[in-house]
Amino acid sequence: MTSKFVTWLDERLGLQGIYDTVFDRKVPKVNWWFTLGSASLFLFVMQVVTGIFLSVYYVPSPDHAYDSIQYIMNGVTFGWLIRGIHHWGATLMVIFVFIHMLRTFYYAAYKFPRELTWVTGVVLLLATLGMGFTGYLLPWNQKAYWATTVGTEIPGTIPVIGPFITSILRGGSELSAVTLARFYSVHIWFLPLVILLVIGIHMYLIIRLGISNIPGKDD
Amino acid sequence: MAESAEVSRRDFVTVVVGAVGAVIGLCVGIPAVAYLVSPALKVQKGEDWVSCGPLENYPIGVPTLFTFTRTQVNGWERTTISYGVYILRGEGEQILALNNMCTHLSCRVSWKEDAQDYVCPCHDGHFSIDGKVVSGPPPRPLDPYQTKVENGELFIFLQEG
Ligand code: HEM
Ligand code: FES
Repeated sequence: MTSKFVTWLDERLGLQGIYDTVFDRKVPKVNWWFTLGSASLFLFVMQVVTGIFLSVYYVPSPDHAYDSIQYIMNGVTFGWLIRGIHHWGATLMVIFVFIHMLRTFYYAAYKFPRELTWVTGVVLLLATLGMGFTGYLLPWNQKAYWATTVGTEIPGTIPVIGPFITSILRGGSELSAVTLARFYSVHIWFLPLVILLVIGIHMYLIIRLGISNIPGKDD
Repeated sequence: MAESAEVSRRDFVTVVVGAVGAVIGLCVGIPAVAYLVSPALKVQKGEDWVSCGPLENYPIGVPTLFTFTRTQVNGWERTTISYGVYILRGEGEQILALNNMCTHLSCRVSWKEDAQDYVCPCHDGHFSIDGKVVSGPPPRPLDPYQTKVENGELFIFLQEG
């Protein structure tokens, strides 16, 4: 019965072909280091899901940000769990993405024809770091405030255009409600959408080109 | 179906994957649902006698609005909730105190002197001076408060939550 229905559906949807290309592709004999990209992908999905849940209670305003997070931690059932996963997942994701980059570097997986996979990977690394930077301000506690003060001050040391960049990041000359709101917006809309799009390209390339072999002694 | 009493490898894997999947599903699902519904489970209940001031402030025979506010903690914030009660004084100690919240969908009614009705602006519900439904969608009369008078001061009994 099921198989008949599945056949009926697939005659119309043609999903089997997509399934075969995505999951039944041929891969060389590889090792555990090759799992780090999938681990990064999994962590990204986790961050998206827990982030959406946090946005149910979090309010990006200087008057409410800190208190709303206290409420998530102490008032909401399992709030500590959702925030904890998002908090540690953020750190883990940076680590995993970075080691994934190291593995593709040391295995020379970035060479022809995978240059674009590498380039999209660079975008993903930068966007992931951007997520960490913008997310760090959101609790609006002392650490967040001063970390962002320093973080937005750093590009200010660039000659000529530096101070301008700082005030674009802050949305003014000082850290304010404007800074918090724009960091929030970048954290939940701009960067996740960039990451989603670029992961799509990254994965397309991996599926199209197949993954590389572990280089041998002669390579 | 296979005659052999032994469980086939395929069936075993199917069952194990299903069971492990169900456990993981519960571990993720229960916290997720609890997280979302949690504020709804923390309804604050309370009851109190609220003073409406000296009884003699209220004219006899004319519904007079008394308003007051109470604060509640919702999430990380104190929320101010406004209440309105129409006090109608009869002869002697006779008092009728009506909640001005419409029994249809909770808009606030007001006393219209010319119509001699309480009128709700939202869907044109009308109530008589003693709170009975005259016309419109409200399903039941306006809710009365229990009242008491102590040393000439009027109190109503408020139940929240
Ligand atoms: C959000 C971040 C990222 C995700 C989700 C991701 C995901 C993946 C996945 C699932 C693979 C398949 C093979 C494997 O897992 O090793 C892969 C391969 C690859 N990734 Fe990433 N990646 C990310 C970031 C990066 C970065 C930062 C770089 C380098 C700058 C990079 C460069 C590559 C390259 C060159 C390959 C091809 C490896 C091969 O064919 O052997 N990726 N990526
Ligand atoms: S809310 Fe009063 S008539 Fe509908």
